Amino acid sequence: MTRLVTTLVAGILFGAGLALSGMTNPAKVLGFLDIAGRWDASLLFVLGAAVGVTVVAFRFVLRRDAPMLAAAFELPTARHIDRPLVIGAALFGVGWGVSGYCPGPGVALLAAPTWETWVFLPAMLAGAALHRMITARHIAERQVADGVTT
Amino acid sequence: MENFTPASALAGGLLIGASAVLFLLLNGRIAGISNIAAGLLAPRRGDVSWRLLFLGGLVVGAAVVHSLSGNVTTPRADFPGWLLAVAGILVGFGTSVGRGCTSGHGVCGLGRLSMRSLVATLTFLAAGIATTFVVRHVFGVAS
Repeated sequence: MTRLVTTLVAGILFGAGLALSGMTNPAKVLGFLDIAGRWDASLLFVLGAAVGVTVVAFRFVLRRDAPMLAAAFELPTARHIDRPLVIGAALFGVGWGVSGYCPGPGVALLAAPTWETWVFLPAMLAGAALHRMITARHIAERQVADGVTT
Repeated sequence: MENFTPASALAGGLLIGASAVLFLLLNGRIAGISNIAAGLLAPRRGDVSWRLLFLGGLVVGAAVVHSLSGNVTTPRADFPGWLLAVAGILVGFGTSVGRGCTSGHGVCGLGRLSMRSLVATLTFLAAGIATTFVVRHVFGVAS
């Protein structure tokens, strides 16, 4: 129960930060990515401040054996720089540069939805679902090829 | 740079960082929005409510700031809907393939000093900058 409350609080802080910083305004995001135009450096301060906090505080947090309210940390285990990482990040960057939306603001804008929210958010979920479908098919084909019958 | 707003940007960034630290310290999880949202597409027992609560919190937090500041994002009347849909698919597909977005790789991954996240962050920043350049200065779409 406590864990669910802290999850909600973390979400609220995150959403407030996105809105306060201007990340929920796609025009502002594109003003940051448009370094050849009238460059708006503000979002560099958002990322800088957020990463500044996490770089310092994560060191102390991850020294613990476990988080305060759960049995263990759930951290990504992948270590290698592989093709999916780079290709995925590049595709995401293209979508971000076209629209001015990354996933957080795409969700947070349900607070004041416009037609853009109702187009972007379902499309984003469809994109993630598409990848899941492709991955599931690959795994199934490989199992057939390997003679796995389960 | 008439739109330069360093103070609110810093304050917002601090809130985002604080959220990521609290979530890791208390719940032991990475505050990566693309992953939290995409996990709802294949719901597993006991793995749904926290995702909905975090995403619901995002909406509530943004709503509180909007109502205090009076700043509400106005939609772009001239932005083509099909282009926004394509961009949305790319964002969803790309973050799923690359396993993270601005929050998971950018804020949290860099905080963990992850080399994967550094590569991902530099890649999506470069791709975003290059794309914005092409859209605005090659095709002349001022969105």
